[in-house]
Formats: sequence, C-alpha cells, structure tokens
Amino acid sequence: MTAWRWTALGVAALVAALAGLVWALNVRDESAIDTAAPTAPTAELIARGAYLAHAGNCAGCHTATGGAFYAGGRGVPTPFGTVYAPNLTPDPATGLGRWSRAEFWRALHNGRSRDGRLLYPAFPYPNYTRITRDDADALHAYLGSLPAVAQPNRPHALRFPFDQQAALAVWRALYFRPTVHATDATRPAEWNRGAYLVEGLGHCNACHASRNALGGTTGPLDLAGGLIPVQNWYAPSLTSPQEAGVAAWDVQDIVALLKTGTAARGGRLVAVAGPMSEVVIGSTQHLSQADLGAMASYLKALPQTIPDNVTVAPVKAIAAAATAGPGAKLYEQHCAPCHGEQGEGVSGIYPALAGNRAVVMSTPANAVHLVVEGGFAPATPGNPRPFGMPPFATLLNDGEVAQVLTFVRGSWGNAAAAVSALEVSRYRGAK
Amino acid sequence: MSWHRTFPVGAALALAVGAFGAAHAAPKVEDTMAQRVQACTGCHGPQGRAGSDGYYPRIAGKPAGYLYNQLLGFRDGRRSYGLMNSLLAPLSDDYLREIAAHFAGLTLPYPQPQPATANVDALSRGETLVLRGDAARRIPACVQCHDTTLMGVAPAVPALIGLPRDYLNAQLGAWRTGNRRAAAPDCMAQVAQALAPEDIGAVSQWLAAQPVANGAKPAAQLPAPLPLRCGGVPDERPATRP
Repeated sequence: MTAWRWTALGVAALVAALAGLVWALNVRDESAIDTAAPTAPTAELIARGAYLAHAGNCAGCHTATGGAFYAGGRGVPTPFGTVYAPNLTPDPATGLGRWSRAEFWRALHNGRSRDGRLLYPAFPYPNYTRITRDDADALHAYLGSLPAVAQPNRPHALRFPFDQQAALAVWRALYFRPTVHATDATRPAEWNRGAYLVEGLGHCNACHASRNALGGTTGPLDLAGGLIPVQNWYAPSLTSPQEAGVAAWDVQDIVALLKTGTAARGGRLVAVAGPMSEVVIGSTQHLSQADLGAMASYLKALPQTIPDNVTVAPVKAIAAAATAGPGAKLYEQHCAPCHGEQGEGVSGIYPALAGNRAVVMSTPANAVHLVVEGGFAPATPGNPRPFGMPPFATLLNDGEVAQVLTFVRGSWGNAAAAVSALEVSRYRGAK
Repeated sequence: MSWHRTFPVGAALALAVGAFGAAHAAPKVEDTMAQRVQACTGCHGPQGRAGSDGYYPRIAGKPAGYLYNQLLGFRDGRRSYGLMNSLLAPLSDDYLREIAAHFAGLTLPYPQPQPATANVDALSRGETLVLRGDAARRIPACVQCHDTTLMGVAPAVPALIGLPRDYLNAQLGAWRTGNRRAAAPDCMAQVAQALAPEDIGAVSQWLAAQPVANGAKPAAQLPAPLPLRCGGVPDERPATRP
C-alpha cells in the first residue's frame, strides 16, 4: 500500500472517530423511550403544568402575534436565520398529539424531537434540560389539554451550513450537555428553588448572557449580560451593580418589578422595557409571590463583578461636551417636561434619568431604543394603566438622538461616554 | 461646565430657586388620562387632532369601538406599523378600551380640508364612488356604511372626512394588498380589492377635500343594514388579553 493510501485511510478513520464522538456526545444521558400506556392526567397536574408553562414563557414563542394559542408560527430571529416555533397543541398531524410523555421529556432534557432529529437551541433546552421529569410530565399534561389547532409548522429559514443536522450535532457536542438540576445543600431551600427557576424554566440567560460567534453561551450560570442578536436590545448584566445586578435591592422591590413591571426603589421609579416587558407579561406576572421571592433571593446572591469592558471617561470632559452641546436644547424641548430639568423624573410616574443605570450603561442600545420607539411599561394587574413615552423616531434623526443621549449620559452627575450617530443607526437599524 | 455642577445638588437647587424663581421647578405632571397617553399625541398631534406631516391620522372624536378595534389590530398584528406595534405590545384589552374611549370623547375643531390636486374627471369619479358606488363592479357606496354625512357611525364605523389624503391613500392601498386587515369577515378588504388603483386615488382626493361641519359627530345608528358583513362592527367579542 502506498503512502497516500495510508494517509487517506488515516484521515478517514479520524473523521469516522470524530463523527462517532460527536454522535456519542449527542445521545449521551438519553433514557429509553418507555412505551407504557399513559394514565389520564388529573386536573391538578394540568393546572400545575399551566403554571410551569408561564414560568417558562412557552407561549411567548409558541404563539404567533394574534395567532391561535400555542399553535406556533412565531419566528425567533438569530444571526444564522429565523427559527419558527412549532405547534404545541394536541393536534395529531401538526402538533404534539402523538407525542408520549417520554418523547416530550427527551425534547426538553436532550433536545431531540419525536422523530429523532436534533432541535435548534433557539428552543432553550440548554436551560430546559434542568427541568425535572415530574415538571416535564405536568407540562405535557397541560399542553395535551389545550384545544387542538391544525396548523402546519413553518420550516425554519436558516442559512447553509446552519440548516444541516451535522452542523447542529457539532454545536451540541461543543455547547450542550444534558444536566440534572442539583440541589446545593449549603444553600437555603428558597435559593435552590430560585436557582431551578432562573437557570431552568426561566431561561434567563438565553438573553442575559453574551454569545460567541457560534451562538454558544458558557452555560446557564452566566448572567453577565449580552446584546440580544438581531433585536439589538441589551439584556443587562445581573451580576454587575452598574447594570441590572440586584444584590443591594430589597427582595420586595425585585418581586414587585417581576410581578408588576415597575418598582419604586426609595421613591425612584424603575420600570422594565423592551423584551423584558414580554417576559413580565407572558411569565413573571403569573408566578406566585413565593416563587418570585425565591428568584429574587437567587438573583440577590449572585456574585457581583464589575465588567472589565466598562470604561469610565473623564467626567469633566464629558460634562463640558454634553452640557454645552446641542443635546441640551433638545433635552429642554422634548424631555424636560416629563423627566425634569435636572433629570429628576416624577415620583411614581416618570423615571429619573440622573443616576439611572439604564441610561449610563456602557452599551447605549436600550437608551437608543427607548428614545426612538418610546414605550409603555407593561399593563399588569399591579400597574394596569401605565404612563407612556412617545416614540421620537419621526421627530429626531440619528444625529439628534445621539446628541440628546450624550447630554443625558453626561449631565447631573451621570458620567457615561458620548453616543455617536453611527451607534444610534446601528442599534435602531434592526427590527 | 455649567455653574450648578460645581455645587452639591441640594445647594444648587436652593440657589436656583433663589436666583431664578421657578426656573428649575419639577415638571408639572398631573395624573390624568391625557398625561398617560402622551405616547400617542407625540405623533397624532396635540389631543389627537392629527399629526403635522399629513400622515398620522386624527384620532380625536372617532367612534370608540373603531379606535379600540384598531388598537387591538396593531397589538395583535392585523395592522402593521412598527412604532404602533411595539408601543401597544405590552398593553391589556381593558387599557386599550380606556385609551380608545379617551380619544373618542374629545370634541375638537377639524382642520381646513386639503384642496384637491386631481383633475375634474378624477374628482367626479371619486365623488361617484363615494356617494353612489358602482353596482356593476359590486362596489357599495362609502355612504352606505360611513353615514350620509361621512362622519361614521358609533360605535365602530369611522369618519372618512377630516383625514389627510396621504393617509386615506395609504390605508385603502394597504387594505387592497392585505397589509391592513380587520376582524373577519373583512368587508373593507373586499371593497378595496374591488377598487382599481386610480379609483383609490380619486376617492382619497375627493374625500380629503371635503370640509367637516362644526361640531360634526359620528351618527348614532347605521343609515340602513350593512351591504356587507363586517367582523369589526359587532363590538362584543371575547377578551384576548385580560
């Protein structure tokens, strides 16, 4: 046999071994699909499943805007293309009607579909893998109780090679590992419950973590913030006191924010916005005080670190540029009537901008969205008639948005870097 | 650097009051519905009278049921305009109903009509379609549903006069292409699809040129049974988001 033949044989063996390894990593920790006849679910189990479905905000993706409840069709935009959430109603042909509890569990725990295909992690099974089998069975019972809707699934629109199962298998070998949620005996039960909800069903780090070029995170414990791809909202760090860390907050304020969408911290209004509004509407407002308290105590206990990418610009330079610039005039005209001439806001109605973390965050993405699109806090039973901020998209161009944000970020003690028209254009561009 | 940066905030505020009176007074904000819906009047004009650029429509004084249907439509994706869709996404049925009632209850003077720029033939075609329709093409007259005054009918049929021409054109076009939809059966989609693009231009030209009488309001009831079935007209339907 000649040398090149040996080489070819070696390469082939290596490829086969790697493929075998990738496959083995993809099916690890899979239990056999049991075929036992299902018992009829109790009303209690269905109700628990409904509650858990809120905790996971399943309808957030599996119900299209204005579409039939849980019949799928909403697109999740990713840098690799759009993934369309499937129909979860019990329709046998187009929904989950033929799925057994075991097959449903395998989807949540191992990220594999009934037909054995690997699922895209836009379905956050890297988090849902932590869901207990009991909770998975309750979710299965709840989804089985919904009215069946015959609505065929929309095929994903992903670019090559991301539309290939082999590529997905490699991704999973690198970034996904089926995990059973472990209780930390050194922590109180409340913290453990919070960890289970935040790391598992709540899939908080699906947004609140940065992703690498392949869309991988370092795991459900990473809550250090990240720009949400395509939407270009920044999910702030839950581990930084300069962003959205809540270590210094009272539990009741954290609970209020998750339950009602707003909180009054020491007389200052705090409100959620953007994608977090969706989370409050679809998920956290429906959770019990006990579970919200558990999530709050877990979030409070997260180790707080100041991210290394924070650059504090010289305050004097910023103040001079900001307060002398044309942003001051724009602020006076458009913003001061509600947010006050000193950025002090109106107690309980309009947030203060002086000392507001969302305003001075190193990434100005959310401030740009808010100025351009305006917004209401979510309408919840605890805050049923929210005040709204007008969109300035039609009144201010990119340069003017940059000027007014530069002013706000550099006034009244705020000391964040200036915002350029280019940044405004980049963050508002998507949608 | 402005002077107040050099002092602690408390001292600065005290000085400001002494030196300039109320120059740095806290914003005057009242807990009213008008204050809550400032997000709307930014584009739709003071009190919802219409925007300055001829595109954002007047919402003041429109029938409450019609406004409510439109708010639901924007929130639930039957109507598509990015700013409206994202603004309304977090709001409940109840609050949207209250917002609709707020604007429906405002009676404010209408602006002067827009002088027509179309030729006489086009205007006459527009007038004919509005007042008499076109039976041969199964197009009902606008006045059959929107009242002989064209001021609409409470609670769910809107006025067609007092609106900018660009807005009318855009809406009829959107209905024709399926970009704007109402609850099924979508009668306006049927009408708009029967119209040719020249018809739409003619109707918009004629409607935008009509004056609105002082104190004109939507009619209390329909002039006759509707010629088409309209899903948007019966106002009562199950809440979609409590």
